[in-house]
Amino acid sequence: MAHAEGHAPTAGHSHAAPDKKHEVGQQHPLGIYFKIWGLLFVLSAASYAVDYFHVQGYLRWGLILVFMMLKAGLIVAVFMHMVWERLAMVYAILVPPLLLLVFVAIGAFEADYTFLTRGTFFGPPAQQAAPAAPKHK
Amino acid sequence: MTQTALASTAHAAELKEGLPGIVADWSSDQRAFKNVPWGKAMMWIFLLSDTFIFGSFLISYMTVRMSTQAPWPNPSEVFALVIAGQSIPLILIAIMTFVLISSSGTMVLAVNYGYRKDRKMTVIFLILTAILGATFVGMQAFEWSKLILEEGVRPWGNPMGAAQFGAAFFMITGFHGTHVSIGVIFLIIVAIKVGRGDLDHQRPGFMTGRRGTYEIVETMGLYWHFVDLVWVFIFAVFYLW
Repeated sequence: MAHAEGHAPTAGHSHAAPDKKHEVGQQHPLGIYFKIWGLLFVLSAASYAVDYFHVQGYLRWGLILVFMMLKAGLIVAVFMHMVWERLAMVYAILVPPLLLLVFVAIGAFEADYTFLTRGTFFGPPAQQAAPAAPKHK
Repeated sequence: MTQTALASTAHAAELKEGLPGIVADWSSDQRAFKNVPWGKAMMWIFLLSDTFIFGSFLISYMTVRMSTQAPWPNPSEVFALVIAGQSIPLILIAIMTFVLISSSGTMVLAVNYGYRKDRKMTVIFLILTAILGATFVGMQAFEWSKLILEEGVRPWGNPMGAAQFGAAFFMITGFHGTHVSIGVIFLIIVAIKVGRGDLDHQRPGFMTGRRGTYEIVETMGLYWHFVDLVWVFIFAVFYLW
């Protein structure tokens, strides 16, 4: 951090604020970025492998969601520098999206209901005839 | 113009950490987000709103897919490509994913070199990011034309199954592709600004009186990583399910 200021081209500038100000910026060793970059590649390859090898059922859902959350977490935490930010900002940004989980739940209930209704009213004729059958017997 | 510089650094030493830090930050004078340039804070808030837009799209897609009686077209087969006589499932999408992740990697390097005030490397990596982004959009255009022209997918129906497939697909990937395209344009703008030394000499931007600083590279980076982030979710819930 300190040496970044040393060879700053603005050194001749009389105003001290800009030099001091860029300490505020996120400066980290390149190594961590390359590690995360590699990790993202591995995780993407893994989630592609889930599809390629036709993993099915809950294992598929579980793996896809785990890989998705890991990738998203790594990008937000390291690439977007969230681990180095102050908590006031981290919570302001990361807590509100949790609301989306509520919407997911609402959407899922609604979808189940629609699915049932469609099955009842727009289903194939054979199914619709079924409840009526005992009467004619 | 000048007041922005002092506000952020003045109390840097005496900031509290943890829960007391959150309370202190939020109840403090002037600004809640300490140690963060205002442009970056605003970009985060914009991205938060964008999260809800994409969240709404993906939730609508989930609702529509769960509620349809017709079988959903299998993305693994729909997006397969025949390469060297073999049909490889989802290969185009996989390549697009790797291209976008690579562009995120080059973006993070651009931000890093920006803060070191290494003008040349910053421009190189910004341009590299823009090229990868444009590649992504190009591949998406290829994917769209293949789907529309060869497979006959339309927003109102398709030969493979549930009619809602096309609407969800075009809406979600179209909106994401628009974000990538806008990102590429802004990457080029930022690259030009860095390249001709606007940030080194703190020249004000086109529409603002504020002095240019290398923080705009990081703000640009936030947007770009967000585009990558959204793709992670689209890749998982649209293509892999």
